[in-house]
Amino acid sequence: MTEDADTDAPTRPTHVDLAQSFQESGVRDVLRELDETLIGLEPVKSRIRETAALLLVDKARRQMGLATETPTLHMSFTGNPGTGKTTVALKMADLLHRLGYVRKGHLVTVTRDDLVGQYIGHTAPKTKEVLKKAMGGVLFIDEAYYLYRPENERDYGQEAIEILLQVMENNRDDLVVILAGYADRMDRFFASNPGFRSRIAHHIEFPDYTNGELLHISERMLAAQNYRLDDGARVAMAEYIGARRGQPHFANARSVRNALDRARLRQANRLFNEAKGPLDADTLSTITEPDLRASRVFQGGLAVDRLDGDRRTGQAMSQAAE
Amino acid sequence: MKLRQGQFSFLPDLSDDDIRVQAQYAIDNGWAVSVEYSDDPHPRNTYWEMWGHPMFDNPDAAAVVFEVNECRKEHGGKYIRVIAFDASPGWESIRMSFIVNRPATEPGFRLVRQEGEGRVVRYTIESYATREPEGQRYA
Repeated sequence: MTEDADTDAPTRPTHVDLAQSFQESGVRDVLRELDETLIGLEPVKSRIRETAALLLVDKARRQMGLATETPTLHMSFTGNPGTGKTTVALKMADLLHRLGYVRKGHLVTVTRDDLVGQYIGHTAPKTKEVLKKAMGGVLFIDEAYYLYRPENERDYGQEAIEILLQVMENNRDDLVVILAGYADRMDRFFASNPGFRSRIAHHIEFPDYTNGELLHISERMLAAQNYRLDDGARVAMAEYIGARRGQPHFANARSVRNALDRARLRQANRLFNEAKGPLDADTLSTITEPDLRASRVFQGGLAVDRLDGDRRTGQAMSQAAE
Repeated sequence: MKLRQGQFSFLPDLSDDDIRVQAQYAIDNGWAVSVEYSDDPHPRNTYWEMWGHPMFDNPDAAAVVFEVNECRKEHGGKYIRVIAFDASPGWESIRMSFIVNRPATEPGFRLVRQEGEGRVVRYTIESYATREPEGQRYA
């Protein structure tokens, strides 16, 4: 012990072991879970890995007294419906919590209705109430572009936007805001609200799933409910996905989930009509080809499929109006 | 005369961080935290004006500090306190109460003597501040 050069404040470490803090923070678990539970979405995963690395380094720099300011963590998720934006937001909240950037790590999901009031003086308390609820966690604003309605200059959405911007700036330590929506409309939203664009550091694009990925997802969804596809049904499902993609209101994983829900309905109906005598567990949990082939999608078109529940009606209506 | 009411009143004034930690303790115990203000410092003045609703469903105390600061903007010259209400059966009462904001000058209390029948004297206290009408009590 001849060296006595370490005269710096003892509370500040001179070295950081990034691998170790990676281990300790539990970020590895979140990333692994992300890899295992989410199919596809490669660009999103790599962006999240990058963000995690940045935050880890930032945390280390802070421990050594190199960084003082909290980095801006507000994000925007853009992508088509059913591409996993909400699921990833949930994981993001967990990730930020483990890294110590939010204290509680809960996710509060809101849409325009939760933020914007009905009459003068109603919006501000409503927005503040939501913001308070989200403090210490992540506020996820779904379809954020609805906040701004340029066609109505007296729309209360503008008031909500102003309060949001103010809190996003002043209470940066207290909450992280994630805006989500379809890419083109979000672009228009940011173009008309430059304040938002500059306050959001991370713009993450969610690509559409490929047909193979959707098939994989459908099997994963069924397995979670103790169902499975037989060989014929798997072929039918692959064809279904290909056909469904070309039709209106295609919503990626959400379309798949709805298709499976309807297939389960048909399977139950088939078993009920055909079964003579007791059924074993295997029969009860197998979806066969006819269950899927009965879908209207194979008859080529959604003209008959108007009641398709793939999207919430509001979205469908606003799309129709465009 | 510094008003000594509720918890921590013999300590130096609480910082925002102190308030946050105390409120978080209340939230973690499942108590509803709320912010109240008043310009009548009499110790028997139990019901202060409410600043917004009690916060039943905020998991993080940053919201409480946010509301305290909002209240300070409007009622900075009055007393502001944070209280924590425990709704669990058999308790249903205030568990915590502490002052987080006070007027710049606190004139204190006067002893009032009232002559009763015979040679009885009744004693009570009155805040010098409450001689002025509401809203004009502190600068």
